[in-house]
Amino acid sequence: MSEIQRQFDSVAVQEADFDVGAEIAALSAGRADVGAVASFVGLVRADKLSGEGSAVSAMTLEHYPGMTEKSLEAIVTEAYGRWSLLGTRVIHRFGRLVPGERIVFVGVASSHRGDAFAACEFIMDYLKTRAPFWKKEDTPEGGRWVDAREADDDAASRWDACD
Amino acid sequence: MSVKVLYFANLRETLGYSHETLTLPAGIATLGDLRAHLARRGGVWEALGEGRNVRAAINQEMVGPDVAVADRDEIAFFPPVTGG
Repeated sequence: MSEIQRQFDSVAVQEADFDVGAEIAALSAGRADVGAVASFVGLVRADKLSGEGSAVSAMTLEHYPGMTEKSLEAIVTEAYGRWSLLGTRVIHRFGRLVPGERIVFVGVASSHRGDAFAACEFIMDYLKTRAPFWKKEDTPEGGRWVDAREADDDAASRWDACD
Repeated sequence: MSVKVLYFANLRETLGYSHETLTLPAGIATLGDLRAHLARRGGVWEALGEGRNVRAAINQEMVGPDVAVADRDEIAFFPPVTGG
């Protein structure tokens, strides 16, 4: 399988949950060149809304079918250009999720930990600001669309400074 | 020139449309022109007005307002993304 194909097969946008252990294991299965696998799992938090007493009871993730997959592939391709990577896996769920459920998985395999850690964080930071997903929180008062956070733009832009 | 326009998330809910096919009048050359054209419908469509925090994509690539629109393009308007 070519490098490009491997990158593109590594992205999934799905309703179903995923098995973190199996995903991490798959990044180094059958190969002896991987010396480091870094991973990140994002979960739904039961946040209290600011200034209100009610917690989020569930959230629904909307996405843009087609563009979402393409944007994740572009982010992964960019990570391959910046670091020496041997494999990646990005899974992002959509639909209705309750607190404690997994939303997103990013796994990165490399020869050494430095590239794996950096690329994993980069992929998450770029995903937060570039991949078309939108969260709507269910609360006892009704649905509420989550606002984009400036801190996420800041996190993504610090990768521009180190070009 | 005819284009498909998609709306997502709170913009979709505000406008009451997830998509529409539009035949554009002459004089609409860029994404910014199209957005202004839609905002001029008034009412809820002012959600697309100048100064509103709206992002856009042409053919599934996020782009700025100066990019030209072409016949049969798929154009999307949406709020800043909040995944992850």
